Amino acid sequence: MVHHLPHREDGRGPRLKPAATDTIAAVATAPGRGGIGIVRVSGPLSGSIAEAIAGPLPKRRHATFRAFAGADGEPLDHGVAIYFAGPASFTGEDVLELHGHGGPVVLNMVLERALSLGARRAKPGEFTERAFANGKMDLSQAEAVADLIDSATRQSAKASVRSLAGAFSKRVLALDGEVLALRAHCEGAIDFPDDEVDFLADEDIASRLAALRAQLGALLRQARQGAVLKDGLSVVLAGDPNVGKSSIFNQLCGEDRAIVTPVPGTTRDALTADLDIDGLLVRLTDTAGLRDGADPIEAEGVARARRAVAEADVVVRVFDERATAPPSPAQGELVAWNKADLCGGTAGKVAPGVVRVSAVAGTGFGALLDELKAAAGYQAGEGAFTARRRHVDALRAAATALELAGERLAAGAAELLAEELRDVHGQLGAIVGETTADELLGEIFASFCIGK
Amino acid sequence: MRYDQRYDVIVIGGGHAGTEAALASARLGAQTLLLTQNIDTLGQMSCNPAIGGIGKSHLVREVDALGGAMAQAADAAGIQFRILNGSKGPAVRATRAQADRALYKAAVRAALEAQDGLDIFQQPVVDLEIRGGRATGAVTAMGLTFAAGAVVLTAGTFLGGRIHVGLESHAGGRAGDAPSNALAERLRALPFAVGRLKTGTPPRIAGATVDFSRLEEQWGHTPTPRLSFLPREGEERPRQVCCHIAHTNAKTRDIVRGALHRSPMHAGAIVGTGPRYCPSIEDKVVRFADRERHQVFVEPEGLGSRELYPNGISTSLPFDAQLALVRSIPGFERARITRPGYAIEYDFFDPRGLHHSLETRPVSNLFFAGQINGTTGYEEAAAQGVLAGLNAARKAAGQGPWTPARHEAYIGVLVDDLVNLGADEPYRMFTSRAEYRLRLREDNADMRLTPAGRALGLVDGRRWRSFEAKRADVRRARERLAAIAVTPDGDLARRLARRTGEAVSRDTNLLECLKRPAVRVADVAALAPELADAPAHALEQVEVQAKYDGYIKRQDREIAKVEAQRRVTLPETLDYGIVPGLSNELREKLSRVRPATLARAARIPGVTPAALSVLLVHARRHAGSAAAGEEALERPA
Repeated sequence: MVHHLPHREDGRGPRLKPAATDTIAAVATAPGRGGIGIVRVSGPLSGSIAEAIAGPLPKRRHATFRAFAGADGEPLDHGVAIYFAGPASFTGEDVLELHGHGGPVVLNMVLERALSLGARRAKPGEFTERAFANGKMDLSQAEAVADLIDSATRQSAKASVRSLAGAFSKRVLALDGEVLALRAHCEGAIDFPDDEVDFLADEDIASRLAALRAQLGALLRQARQGAVLKDGLSVVLAGDPNVGKSSIFNQLCGEDRAIVTPVPGTTRDALTADLDIDGLLVRLTDTAGLRDGADPIEAEGVARARRAVAEADVVVRVFDERATAPPSPAQGELVAWNKADLCGGTAGKVAPGVVRVSAVAGTGFGALLDELKAAAGYQAGEGAFTARRRHVDALRAAATALELAGERLAAGAAELLAEELRDVHGQLGAIVGETTADELLGEIFASFCIGK
Repeated sequence: MRYDQRYDVIVIGGGHAGTEAALASARLGAQTLLLTQNIDTLGQMSCNPAIGGIGKSHLVREVDALGGAMAQAADAAGIQFRILNGSKGPAVRATRAQADRALYKAAVRAALEAQDGLDIFQQPVVDLEIRGGRATGAVTAMGLTFAAGAVVLTAGTFLGGRIHVGLESHAGGRAGDAPSNALAERLRALPFAVGRLKTGTPPRIAGATVDFSRLEEQWGHTPTPRLSFLPREGEERPRQVCCHIAHTNAKTRDIVRGALHRSPMHAGAIVGTGPRYCPSIEDKVVRFADRERHQVFVEPEGLGSRELYPNGISTSLPFDAQLALVRSIPGFERARITRPGYAIEYDFFDPRGLHHSLETRPVSNLFFAGQINGTTGYEEAAAQGVLAGLNAARKAAGQGPWTPARHEAYIGVLVDDLVNLGADEPYRMFTSRAEYRLRLREDNADMRLTPAGRALGLVDGRRWRSFEAKRADVRRARERLAAIAVTPDGDLARRLARRTGEAVSRDTNLLECLKRPAVRVADVAALAPELADAPAHALEQVEVQAKYDGYIKRQDREIAKVEAQRRVTLPETLDYGIVPGLSNELREKLSRVRPATLARAARIPGVTPAALSVLLVHARRHAGSAAAGEEALERPA
């Protein structure tokens, strides 16, 4: 029974407000990047704002070159106006886009003009929220758009576009389908023991689990790269005091951000910088030298350094080649032999994951960057899709549960195998939508002739 | 005329729902009347002669934990008991009892007659008395009106029942019994959403005409398991018998195929939906065309009967085809049918019109239980019966409703599924419906429900004392195990390693060691003389709890998440038609179900996290403008 709300006497539609009735506006391009800036307006006032700023309402979905007029009628800028009538627009509402050539100052004047005409300033992500709320995209698409909006590098932007097409969703859905089939088998065996689905005797289950593990592993590797593209690869410089970490940091940043002095223990806190390395976003952290100092402030710096190391995607261990014989890098580590200039070695790659550099001479850094990208599993422009950390976490949890499922199967604990698979399914469901018990039963009945 | 006594609760119907409802109501001290068409069919098993099975025995144990009669009746009437899933872990372990129909009926009748405060009266009910949207009594065929504070309706398949054999059909509530058409007519006039479901039975066979030597034997387990938690020292169990398994073949398949055009299902004469998990032999042949062989469980009807119930060949084909298909089964070549199989279609009320207490939304003080809510199965009916009887008695006494949550009982899962999802087919319990399956076990149904049952007044002193003794045994055994320290280089660790191959690498105790898959309770008991006097059932409990401990903790977090969703209420007046971002299908579903909370919405099929986000956003916005909206609604136009 649908209770329709009574309509107003004045015929202005339902008394309860629909999801959004006001008009929002914002600069839709990241500040300081690119030559063109876009002001985007969404909501019922978009048409009148278009007319006030850009003259007669442009033909729908047609780029029209216009002057953007200020309150006094004088042009603020010239550019392209595009008008999308809802629901055939990004947000599902009437949308106006003003593509201008002016810098941030002019762009802001155009925005202020739109605001003076009745729009309000959009909150971060509000366009996406409206698009999502109006059914223009599913959750993972919405997240991809959010990624697109704040994607700081070209590579990441490309990946966002791919995720919009659903590449990631599609892969997870395929995996989800296989987990469902496997669960149907196990649950069928539990709920219908009289019927002829004796799955523990069936070696097929173990091989299906193994295949799932392999697929999930591949997806996870790609997703992790996607997450790296989105959130950036976190790289931490670590090593004994005064081996030249801060000099390397400054070389990589190309600016004197860390104070470099010859006194051991100068860097007491962790310093970070965001770098764009061939489209790969890197968050580089310089840390205090790892030693047990008496100074409580330095001790805190060391503690922070240890934390940063523990949370890093890649740790670059820096050694003074004169003082120590550098070890080979462990998993997730690179080794940089510094001060090549002082011991006469040639800067460059020494072995996989091992690079000789001279922070003072600025040599060997190309090789170090190449090793960094390799350590991130980064292949420029290849097979990447945007996955948020949330997705990566869910996939990782699914992988862990899948491991445990294998152990439970080996131990013959059918109900715990089923429980682990339920967990796997739930983790994937957090990305693509959960499967209900009834859908599971439907799968059981569709796959097996069951029941008396 | 009006009957001179006013009852607190009237229960209409004497099947598995009605008898448990009447008993539960009377146990609470409510003056209760059970109205039945026929006292001689109280507690009748209308379908196959068995109680329990996967998911179902869980319900039976829960009914028992709340003081119900079903488990004790099954123990008194069972002639073959089997533990199912014995090798698959305690959470999914189940008990199935093959029952002697006559003994079962007698046990239920005896329980009813022994119950204080419960009257039984034989008369078909033709009408309900409803005043001001509230049920106040029932009217019988002879015009007798009984007044009551609350009414429980458990009409089974009798409402508008229609029996099909081949393309012939006639009105009937069960083979040999009349349907309740007058009552069905009256109820159809009330604002309930009515649907049609169907179920079926196989033809019954004369045992003397079957060659058992050609069938596979299936014996029950020994010692004979029990369904009831109540101890019965020195109790006499009925003689245990052997069941048999037969198989259909290609010939059977061809016979069914050749007769399909005369099947009421496939010819379109039946509009009701049948269960997917209990397909007729016609359905099996159509849906799994490549399979020649299907199992047939040959169940004895009882010790005093030689009739057989061939479970697995339920059919509504014409009689000549039934006879041919039965005789195509090896061992049944010369079989004689004693009663033809049939399909039955009946009215049910969309359970989405119920509260969780099983009280109907349109008519207050009226409760529905059993097959009229779209379920199937004796156990599902009994579980609803206890709940409806309990809540009817509470309502009559002016008390609030009680329903266990999904993580507390299969009864909670059952009711929650029905109220939220409705029934597209007859609803049967499966363990896979229970997301918290590991905690909803047969073995701990009493631990989960008996304390609540005691507080509600459902559990008598005898059951309570026996429960408390068991609980104390379990607690003591657990405390003792936890108190026994195990150190890596100690003697105990060495002996444990020798027995189980498990090494101890840090200071721990025996209870912790028991959590490891390879360590069994027998191992730790052998190492701890302190446990010598601990009863086996207590040790078993301690072991199961220890083994599932990690999973239970994980589920606790899941339950907390659902609790948070439960706190987000969705307004009763929410118009899903104007909520953006939902598919039309979801809009339609949500409008129909009208979930009270986000947690309920999450349980509707097809509701994705994205849809939940939309609802959450909308609920928040609505909460912001709710005050103004309500004010506007109050004002007359």
